Amino acid sequence: MIRVDNLTKTFKAFEAVKGISFHVAPGEIFAFLGPNGAGKTTTIKMLTTILRPSSGTVLLDGLDPDHQKMAARKKFGIVFQDSSLDGEQTAYENMEMHGVLYHMPKKVRAERIERMLTTFELWDRRKDYVKKFSGGMKRRLEIARGLMHSPKILFLDEPTLGLDPQSRNQLWTHVKHLNETENTTIFLTTHHLDEADRVAHRIGIMDHGKLIAQGTSAELKEQTGASSLEDAFLALTGSSLRDEDAGATDQLREYAQIHGGNR
Amino acid sequence: MNVIYILWLREIKRFLRSPVQVVGSLAQPAFFLLALGFGFNPVFEKAGQGNYMQFMAPGMIGMTVLISSAFSGVAVLWDRQFGSLKETLVAPVPRLYIMIGRTFGGATVGILQGILILLLCMVTGFRPQHFSAVISGFGFVAMIATCFAGLGMIIGSTLKDMQSFNVVANFMVMPMVFLSGAFYPLDNLPLILNVLTRINPLSYGVDGLRGTLIGHWHFNYVLDMSLLSCVGAVFLIAGAYSFSKIEI
Repeated sequence: MIRVDNLTKTFKAFEAVKGISFHVAPGEIFAFLGPNGAGKTTTIKMLTTILRPSSGTVLLDGLDPDHQKMAARKKFGIVFQDSSLDGEQTAYENMEMHGVLYHMPKKVRAERIERMLTTFELWDRRKDYVKKFSGGMKRRLEIARGLMHSPKILFLDEPTLGLDPQSRNQLWTHVKHLNETENTTIFLTTHHLDEADRVAHRIGIMDHGKLIAQGTSAELKEQTGASSLEDAFLALTGSSLRDEDAGATDQLREYAQIHGGNR
Repeated sequence: MNVIYILWLREIKRFLRSPVQVVGSLAQPAFFLLALGFGFNPVFEKAGQGNYMQFMAPGMIGMTVLISSAFSGVAVLWDRQFGSLKETLVAPVPRLYIMIGRTFGGATVGILQGILILLLCMVTGFRPQHFSAVISGFGFVAMIATCFAGLGMIIGSTLKDMQSFNVVANFMVMPMVFLSGAFYPLDNLPLILNVLTRINPLSYGVDGLRGTLIGHWHFNYVLDMSLLSCVGAVFLIAGAYSFSKIEI
């Protein structure tokens, strides 16, 4: 479903992604792990047509996102690290906008909106403004929206960031359910290794722009002789801290936290 | 078409749904109108220039429309990281449609603000020369709104952080307003001001508004309209280009 061959991305002199290759099978939940600055987000951006790769190839369900952008975009849904909902519109309006952007006919839109909002337990709140939603509800709405056009692949970039354990638990239950019932391929990143351990069929670990290990959770533990995925992760990536300079996005994020990010 | 329409509609809804913002955005022009309009009126009349409120009102309309439309474009900076813009950028829709929907949404909001401020001016004593003047005046309101929504789009697509946003707000918007003839006549200015006011597109917008609304022209209708059309076209094309280059 996702096939990546020798993918690289270079920003001026900095090589953020250094020739990684992997594939994700249809219906698989693949967790993409790594310390901050490992190149995970850059990789997701290349997979989702936001950034152009410097070299290497990506295929999403057989389509190249660099050359068949519009067709490839219909194949996936994405939940970004930072919310991309419109707080000034209702949950229903956010969904409606998505349906129009994905060229869904009016009748299909209405059906899918009802179905997705019901699945994610938001149908009763459909007329409420999104700015009034809790963090967990917003995440659920974003996933519901990302799935509205029935994509074959769902990208989740740190979907549980800032959520309480209850919301996290509920979110993963939904994601697993969806993967089982609709056979959606799921590509996720998270820093909560126990979550990856719980939901992912296979795991890839990235560090310093390279994919340093991949396999099932059991395989990674065996490979490192560790008893938990967290220990395996630390054995593979070392325990030194990664201090990145804050980029423009981090500065904006900080500003958003101070001034309230709901525009 | 549907895509452009829904993005346009979103901008209008946002405007209509936040009464606080509507009132807030009128506070500054209202303050200028009351404090400067009444404050300078005696001096202005003494100098034989007529009623200052009459003179200043078209300038305030131009200023309000400029600020409102420019900021709708600049909001792209914020929206691409924390708002629904990011979602539209990975949707199977050409970026040009998104840019058009947003820019014209922002311009329409600017026009609505223009209508509100005109009503406010009329409450404080402003009288257009004729009802039809209001209609041709709104041709200029639409031109100002389009030009500066386009300029805002260029800035919003190019900037990377909030600091530069504040710099732009202070060093672009206010100088443009103060060097546009919104507050004073453009006759007999010192050379440097004369040059600056002539290269400022808002000068032609304010002149067009003042000319149509109260019959007081510094340039003329054809010059104002054709200059604003050219500048508007350039800003829109450059806005579309910079929008197409956004990376998130």
